[in-house]
Order: sequence, then C-alpha cells, then structure tokens
Amino acid sequence: MNLDSKVPSGPLEEKWSKHLNDIQLVAPNNKRKHDVIVVGTGLAGGSAAASLAELGYNVKSFCIQDSARRAHSIAAQGGINAAKNYPNDGDTIWRLFYDTIKGGDYRSRESNTYRLAQISNEIIDQAVAQGVPFAREYGGLLANRSFGGAQVSRTFYARGQTGQQLLLGAYQAMMRQVHEGRIDLHTRQEMLDVVIVDGKARGIITRDLVSGEIKRWMADAVVLASGGYGNAFYLSTNAINSNVTAAWRCHKRGAAFANPCYVQIHPTCIPVSGDYQSKLTLMSESLRNDGRVWVPKEKGDDRHPNDIPEDERYYYLEEKYPAFGNLVPRDVASRNAKIVCDEGMGVGPTGRAVYLDFNDAIEREGKQAIADKYGNLFEMYENITDNNPYEEPMRIFPAVHYTMGGLWVDYNLMSNIPGLFVAGEANFSDHGANRLGASALMQGLSDGYFIIPYTIGNYIAGEELPDVSKDHDAFDEAADNAQGHIDKLFEVDGDKSVVEFHRELGQIMWDKVGISRSEEGLKEAIKEIQELREEFWNNVRVPGEAANYNKYLEFAGRVADFLELGELMAKDALHRDESCGCHLRAEHQSDEGEALRNDKEYSYVAAWEFQGVNGELQEELHKEDLEFDFVELKQRSYK
Amino acid sequence: MADTFTVHLKIWRQEGPNEPGELVDYTLDKVNEHMSFLEMLDVLNEEIVKEGGVPIEFDYDCREGICGSCNLMINGQAHGPKAMTCSCQLHMRNYSDGDTIVIEPFRAKGFPVIKDLVVDRSAFDRIIEAGGYVSVKTGSAPDANSIPVDKSVADTAFDYATCIGCGACVAACPNSSASLFTGAKLAHLNRLPQGEPERAERTVAMVEQMEEEGFGDCSNYAECEAVCPKGISISAIAEMRRNYMKAALKGSEA
Repeated sequence: MNLDSKVPSGPLEEKWSKHLNDIQLVAPNNKRKHDVIVVGTGLAGGSAAASLAELGYNVKSFCIQDSARRAHSIAAQGGINAAKNYPNDGDTIWRLFYDTIKGGDYRSRESNTYRLAQISNEIIDQAVAQGVPFAREYGGLLANRSFGGAQVSRTFYARGQTGQQLLLGAYQAMMRQVHEGRIDLHTRQEMLDVVIVDGKARGIITRDLVSGEIKRWMADAVVLASGGYGNAFYLSTNAINSNVTAAWRCHKRGAAFANPCYVQIHPTCIPVSGDYQSKLTLMSESLRNDGRVWVPKEKGDDRHPNDIPEDERYYYLEEKYPAFGNLVPRDVASRNAKIVCDEGMGVGPTGRAVYLDFNDAIEREGKQAIADKYGNLFEMYENITDNNPYEEPMRIFPAVHYTMGGLWVDYNLMSNIPGLFVAGEANFSDHGANRLGASALMQGLSDGYFIIPYTIGNYIAGEELPDVSKDHDAFDEAADNAQGHIDKLFEVDGDKSVVEFHRELGQIMWDKVGISRSEEGLKEAIKEIQELREEFWNNVRVPGEAANYNKYLEFAGRVADFLELGELMAKDALHRDESCGCHLRAEHQSDEGEALRNDKEYSYVAAWEFQGVNGELQEELHKEDLEFDFVELKQRSYK
Repeated sequence: MADTFTVHLKIWRQEGPNEPGELVDYTLDKVNEHMSFLEMLDVLNEEIVKEGGVPIEFDYDCREGICGSCNLMINGQAHGPKAMTCSCQLHMRNYSDGDTIVIEPFRAKGFPVIKDLVVDRSAFDRIIEAGGYVSVKTGSAPDANSIPVDKSVADTAFDYATCIGCGACVAACPNSSASLFTGAKLAHLNRLPQGEPERAERTVAMVEQMEEEGFGDCSNYAECEAVCPKGISISAIAEMRRNYMKAALKGSEA
C-alpha cells in the first residue's frame, strides 16, 4: 500500500504557499466539464460543496438528513480557534500550531497541523463576511474566550451555538450555489458504496431513504465528509444518525483507516440516567472557563453539594495541574474524572459524576454575566436534569464525543484511492491522539473552504478521466453489493432488535475500548465483538420493508458496519502498546495517571488495510512514520 | 430510580404520502420521568418490533434541541406543552400516570406527509435558496475586524439567527404561514452590514418563494412565537413586511 504523504519540502511556514504555487490548475472554462460528488453537508462537506461550486465545478451534494442544514456540526457549542491575536495576548500561528500538536500528544503530521493554524484566520474572515453573528465587544469588534489546552484567548464564539451559526453560514453559501444551478442537492440519501473504475473513485451508490431505491451517481472525484464514528459506542454526544457507513464501505474498497483507536472522551457531559437513554448531551468545554470541577473529599459523601463546606471539597484539577487548572485538555480532564469516581468520590445516584460549580463565578461576575455567556447551556442542563445550575453545581461525566482517527489522507486530503478525498472528522488528519477544544470547527472549515477546492483541481488537472457510464460493470457490481447487503439483513429474520445489538456493542466498547484500555480487556473486547457480530447476522430482526422509509433498516446497515469497525478499533488499541493523548493503556501510565508515550516504537500513523471478514476481521497494518523536524517531542505537562 | 408509569398514546400512522392515515391507540407502561419524549417513543417502537409490527417513523437527529429535525404535534401543540422546548427536549416528567397523549405530524400544505410522523420540509430550503445568504465567495472576505458591528445589532441578529428550521411556526399557524421562519432569516441578515447591500432583493425573493410554496399569509395570531423552541420574536414579521413594502414600492433597485 502506498502511503506517500506528499508533504512539500521546505520550511514549515512555506510548505502550503509553495504547494499552492506548484499545484496544477483547471482552467475556468474547463471546470464546468467536471463533476464532483460531496458526501455530507456538515462544516467540511457544506463548505467544500459551496466553494467547489463557486469555482465552477458541477457539484452533486448528498446528505442523510432532510435538509443540508441539519448535519451534526450544528451541535458544536463552544467555539472556533484562530490565531488572530485580537486580544493582544501573544498568540501567533506558531503557538496555535504548537498547542494543537502538543495537545494531540505528537501523533499528528506536523505539516498538516501547521497549515491548519495558518488557514484559521481566513476562516473567521469568511464566516464574518457571510453574516455569522459571532460574539462582539461593546466597541463592535469580535470577542474571544479561552479554551482547554491553551494559555491565550483565541476562541471565537456565537454564544453556545457556534457550530450552528458556522454551519448555517456554509449551508447558506451552498444554497446560493443550488440557486445558481451549480449544486445538485440530494437530501435523505445515504451513501452505501464507492464506485472504483480503473483504480480511481468515479462515483457512489446511494439508497434513497424515502423510496428505498438504490441509485448510481457518477463523477470525476468524490469528497467524503461524512463525519466521525463515535456512535460505535452507542451512547455518545453524536447525533443519533451519525455513522461510519460511508467511510467504512470505502475502507472495504481499499481506503486505509488510520488510527481508529483515537477516540476523544469529552469530560463535561450530562451523566447517564437509565437504560432507555438514546444519547448523551455535551455541556460545552467553555464552561470550564468559569466552572470549578470538584468532588467531596469524603468517599460516599451524600450531602447536598451546597452543604459541603469548602475545605471538604477536592478541586482535583486545580490541585494537580496548577498551571492550567480546570482548563487542562479534554483527555486529562476525562481521565481524572474517571480516577476520582473509581476511587469512590463520584457523586449523584450512580456515583459516576463529578461537580462543575459556578458559584464562585456568579459571586464574582454576577448572575447576568454568567447567563450572557452560558445561558442556553444552563437552560439545556436544567431542561434535561430538572436541576438549576445557578443554584447548585452541575453534575457531569465524560462521554464519547469525537474521533480523531478516520480514513488516511495525504497532504492533499486524498485517500490512498485516487480521486477519493476525505474532509473533516471523517479523515484522520490534524489532531493526532487528542483534539483540542474549538479545533473541530476550524479543521472542518479549513478542509472544505480552503484546502480541497485547490487540491481537487490539482488531481483533476493531472489525471486522465475518461467518461464512465453508469452501466459500467463497476457500477453494476457496487449497486448489487449494496442491494445484497440490504437483502441479507432482511433474510436473517431473527428476533433481536437492532437497538439491542447496538447497545451491547456500545457497552463492550465503553468498558474495554474507552477511557482506559488494557491488553487483557482489549483481547476480551475483540472476542466479544466477534461473537456479537455473529449473533447479529443470525438473529437480527429488521422490521418493515426495503422499498419504503425505514429507519430500523438504516440503523441495521450502520450497526453491521459498527460491529466490524469496533473490532478494528480494539485491534488498533491493542497493537499500540503505549499511551498517547486519549489512548490510555493501563500498562503505560505514570504514577499520577498520565499517558506515557513510546516515541521510539510508536511515532507513526497506523493505517489499516481491509482484507476481509471471516469470523475475525482481517486487516493488514501499514505505517506512515511521523517525522518531527520543527518541534521537539516532549512529555506533555499541564502542571 | 423513579417509578415507572403508564401513558395512553394516539399516534398518527400513514403508510405513505398518498395513503390515508389514522390515529392508532397504544398503551405504554414503562414510562420513566427522566425519559425524553422521543426516548418514550423509542421504547414503544422496541415493543412494536418485538411483537412483529412496523415501528412508527418520526424524524430526529441531535436530540439536544439544535438540529431542528424533530417535529411532533403533541396534544395539538407543536413540540408539546413546554415553552421554548423541542420535541426531543421535552421530558416525561411533564406527564402523569394515565395521561392520554395525541401525537400527529406537523400539518401544512407546504409540509406533505412522507410516512407516519415524518413530513417533507424542503420548502424551507427553497426559501433560503431564493436569497437567504450573503453573496460572498470563499476567499474574498476582508479581515473580520475591518467592519465593526454594534454589539446590540450583532446580538439581535444572533437572536434571529438561532432559528433551527423545525417548522413549528408553520404547524401552529392557523394560516400555515411560514412568515416567522422567513422573517427570522431576513431579520438576521438584513440588519448586519454584511447583509445590507442585498437587503431589498433578498426580502422580495424570499417572500415570493414563501408564497409560491403554498404557505399562507400572516394574520398576527402570534401562535408561531408561542411555539418557537428558540423564542424568536414576531417582530421579525413586521420587519419583513416593512422591508418588503419599501422594496416593492421602489422596485428591486431600492
């Protein structure tokens, strides 16, 4: 397998501009002769579709939702980073780059991460020009706040709805191109396969989620922006329909899946309340700017939190990490929440929660100031839990939130399948083993607005792309494959619901491939997932029919893929015999529970090549060595 | 863990867009006060599937009140009894043992039923497509701080920009008007310096598209504001009308 990262030579700060100088262009009058498929309409897909259409390509855009405005990017709350240095607190592109690569525990590609920091400023300009209503100061200029893993204020925000506002900006830019006739938008369509002709991605197969019809779509290049795979855990902060199917089907056609074990567990979510629970709700990390995290010092202390005196509270983040305090990166915060709960200091009915307390902030700044910053988050919390965070501390616990792993891509964001580009959370690119807060929006929009529109031109200009008919054998084979998978699901005709399988998979993943992993647990997980997968294919019940709107059928297809991916995640976690970022192997941690990396043996991207499923998932490991020419590898410390 | 209780449900079932529909009775006895309304329907669906039936279709995605997918008419109220709350954020603690709950789709000429409780809201996309944007190409933006925006203007624009496009305003309106949805996007973009140059054209184009989609006129019932899960003010509609009149009087050059 060819894993040439195609990183341009030269100094770090000149690589991207040099690359832009060097890459081939498609002339304006030729762009309209080329079709590009974009799968997904989140920040990455929406911005890519709009920008490609503005350039003149014929764009076909697909999403599973009923509107392109609803992709899960919409749920991002806290903000988006950029190195504008508007607050004059010493921020630079280098610092944003350095914080991101350090936050990722030195497991990302230097060149990609640097480019992300370079592009960050343009994104803010673009969004403001679109009318995205970012928070402003009284002088009329943009406001910033702090986020985890950084000692500067570089996060731009729109109350607690930054993802929504940025997504609406991208969606509106898309709809303008729909109006211009440059984007052909297809909602309620689920991609079930990629079509490869002469070794190049030339189309996709979709299922129309309303009629059930299997459809064929042809193009010169395919951009996959289908999001992350956190729902392998069943319960996560992801939207219920977020899934890995589009990416996984590409993987089964030969696209390498990189670092699948890198899963971010967000420290501030609302705890689980019962087994009917369908999803977990995130409380933005921005809350850690003003909220103080604590547990009672006494194990099993069941007094009301307001009755526990100051000196009987354990502010464990502030005590252990005085330099960053409550603003340590997400992996560190999540791990420490688990540690105090494992030690018996957890709170709430399940003992699997810690307090996030705003009392000091309210006394310091007043209730109104806190309401202005976090009002909608406080309302959301109260709505779900029936507790008022102005009056008593929130109860929070970590939950699966974001997946840093994804399809392998080179510097051009192209997978190892020529013509298949991957953007946003669906690729593995920029965050290494842990993503810093407010960096997902930055990456999705960087990929879509400012990288793919150029690199796709370079690909199209440099390739022979003869016309392909939708009756080509490769389309027949892929369409039959998609239909065959659906038929097979109905044929099982068992008596266990898809939801039960998904919940059981999630429990295995959370217990054994979650915050802390061990060799023993991972080996058990692999075996249990294999057994569950076998049971699924012998006993799943899919109600209804294929030729109609059928959500259970959609879920069945997705859960079948999660049952394979879950095994790969466990395999990847097992093979990576070190701790790094979010990947904590119990065997490799300091006395204080910090991740201990092994740079000598594991400073590489693990890219897995699908070989087949035969009881066991067969995958071959390939390695892209990570070279650090510009930063020095250090043990992370936030003390 | 709280005790479970029983609710009686009357739920709209409809095979497809051109099939007749009807309210079907269900009784669910495993309801817990901490469940969300949609989780209650999930539990019901699991029972239906176990008994070999076809589950009830309804739209949802984020389940945290921001994506705008969920859209249930609950006892005649769009998104149910709780103000500023989407169907997905409504919790069963708002109901008691023995309650009867009628669940229907958001009904409007502009929102044809697809199946059961799922409707087609693509008319909203076409209204945005008509002009709900600022015509700025990627890469052509000036520095973000080059145009100061008065904080109060930015905050008000944000209030209108919070619309999630769920369609509750249409479902609640006796005229099935989409004026609050359309007005909110106009009020967001038209008051910002970035949106100002296209104000007249945008207003005319979106209003005309709204009418073309079969949504009715606004008669100031204000039902839309009452059910809007984001609390968007009907001032947006007054503003839309003012801007429409101005643009119509002066022609599209205004």
